[in-house]
Amino acid sequence: MLMANQKMNLGAFLDKVFRNTTLFFAFLVFSIMFGILITLFIASLPALKTFGPSFFISDSWNPVTVQFGGLVPIYGTLVTSLIAMLIGIPLSFGIAVFITELAPVWLKRPLGIAIELLAGIPSIIYGMWGLFVFAPFAADHIQPWINDNLGNLPLIGVVFQGPAMGIGMLTASFILAIMVIPFTSSVMRDVFEIVPPMLKESAYGLGATTWEVVRNIVLPYTKVGVVGGIMLGLGRALGETMAVTFVIGNAHELSASLLMPGNTISSALANEFTEAVGDIYTSSLITLGMTLFVITFVVLALAKLLLLRLSAREGKQT
Amino acid sequence: MIKFDRKRYLRRRILNATVLSISVLTVAFALVFLFWILWTLFSHGFSYLNLSVFTKMTPPPGNAGGLLNAIAGSLYMVTVATLIGTPVGILAATYLAEFGKNGWLAPTTRFINDILLSAPSIVIGLFIYAIAVHSVGHFSGWAGALALSLIVIPVVVRTTENMLQLVPSSLREAAAALGAPQWKVVVMVVYRAARAGMLTGLLLAVARISGETAPLLFTALNNQFWNSDLNGPMSSLAVVIFQFAMSPYEDWQHLAWAGALLITLFVLGLNILARSLFRRGPTSS
Repeated sequence: MLMANQKMNLGAFLDKVFRNTTLFFAFLVFSIMFGILITLFIASLPALKTFGPSFFISDSWNPVTVQFGGLVPIYGTLVTSLIAMLIGIPLSFGIAVFITELAPVWLKRPLGIAIELLAGIPSIIYGMWGLFVFAPFAADHIQPWINDNLGNLPLIGVVFQGPAMGIGMLTASFILAIMVIPFTSSVMRDVFEIVPPMLKESAYGLGATTWEVVRNIVLPYTKVGVVGGIMLGLGRALGETMAVTFVIGNAHELSASLLMPGNTISSALANEFTEAVGDIYTSSLITLGMTLFVITFVVLALAKLLLLRLSAREGKQT
Repeated sequence: MIKFDRKRYLRRRILNATVLSISVLTVAFALVFLFWILWTLFSHGFSYLNLSVFTKMTPPPGNAGGLLNAIAGSLYMVTVATLIGTPVGILAATYLAEFGKNGWLAPTTRFINDILLSAPSIVIGLFIYAIAVHSVGHFSGWAGALALSLIVIPVVVRTTENMLQLVPSSLREAAAALGAPQWKVVVMVVYRAARAGMLTGLLLAVARISGETAPLLFTALNNQFWNSDLNGPMSSLAVVIFQFAMSPYEDWQHLAWAGALLITLFVLGLNILARSLFRRGPTSS
């Protein structure tokens, strides 16, 4: 009797230990996020104190006179990511439609794996390929065409004028676009697949074409999830470092043309951080890093909330 | 009666055909880039991938050499990062799946974990720089491994939790009915049932960190020489590729291509292995 009692106590005690250990590690994961935010904020205080809020609107970046402003890299990060999404969204959408609606069953799986391998390739490989293969190709074949055909457009022509060097904002955006395809298209694929077959079949039964079913049944049903997938891709594009660092050109200059070299937050960090001399320089770079973290946090949180909303609705209906 | 409008019907058919052909083209477009990148790696890297890559140290410019210290550094840091990140991730995921049904911590942590999963890795490097390099005063392999482990954790948490959720409750109830305490139920029954899926997550995490460059740049830095001391700056394959590829020296660029081919084969191989494991995993067990 006593033995059994002791054993039970031991079991209950071990249960408590196990439960609290898992609780501790869950809390650890929970606090990583705040750890990052607080640490980066403290480390960026020297720069914020020196430059104030004008840090975010100043375009000067001069290590010699110790004048720093984040406008150029912040602008570069936003512009390259937005253009990447403009190119990447239609591509991802097309791929998701093909895999869910068109492909024969035997092709779905290998095709899905092939697209996901694009996500498996390390970003530094995209960078090398971009610098040594794609940039020369773009300089010879794509950029002259852009100069000739889009450079003369009224108003927006200036965006497409510039030397055909291969590297620059547009090349970086294009490589980012290819890198976000696997993330965005796999979310789109997943949400397209939750559309109840009954709805689609009813539409087909009324004589709708495949495109009409996608346009009028699948998209309205999944639009929250599609936007979530797009935001997820955007979050990836904003923080991508190595691929961009290779091809962006690393110029701290603001230029209207997309063919000119620029800079992004992540590539500025990758290039300059270890060589930064002095507290203010380092702290300015960390401030940029914190800005990047906050931007991606907001974008990814939105993505997550949208996807949660879709799955909540899904739960109610079944 | 609605009159059959032949023109409109044709227009709908044409629009449908156009959109669907564009959809096929987008797939072709993505595949072209996948094969273009792989082809580039083979054509540039294969001829330089020889035995000395694995047996010699990284050379000064103009000399022959290999990538031995970089490969070893990567192995060290990836191993340590996996050893730190896996238990943390599995235990945290256990709380999320088994104990956190009520309360705010589990849903919030799940949310934050999903954000960490896509958080920019260079910012994680900055964070570790601030807490483990700046405060200590020198770059170290430990800092690099720590940065990588912060990338392992969310991947392991996410996959492990999903796998634990797939284990049917009847298994847990059966074990509990036999009088097993909850820790035994989780460790001996639930973990076993979810084994294949958890291993998949682990492999994916290793694949993910093997190619990571950004978080190592200012944590482990780089090292031209052989170093097996995690307390000092350590070279890694990815950082050496970055340094060599950006250099103007031809031998260095050749080594960078060989390293790039090596790292990609390793990462893609792990990805495919993980997927084939998972396919057999949860359905059979």
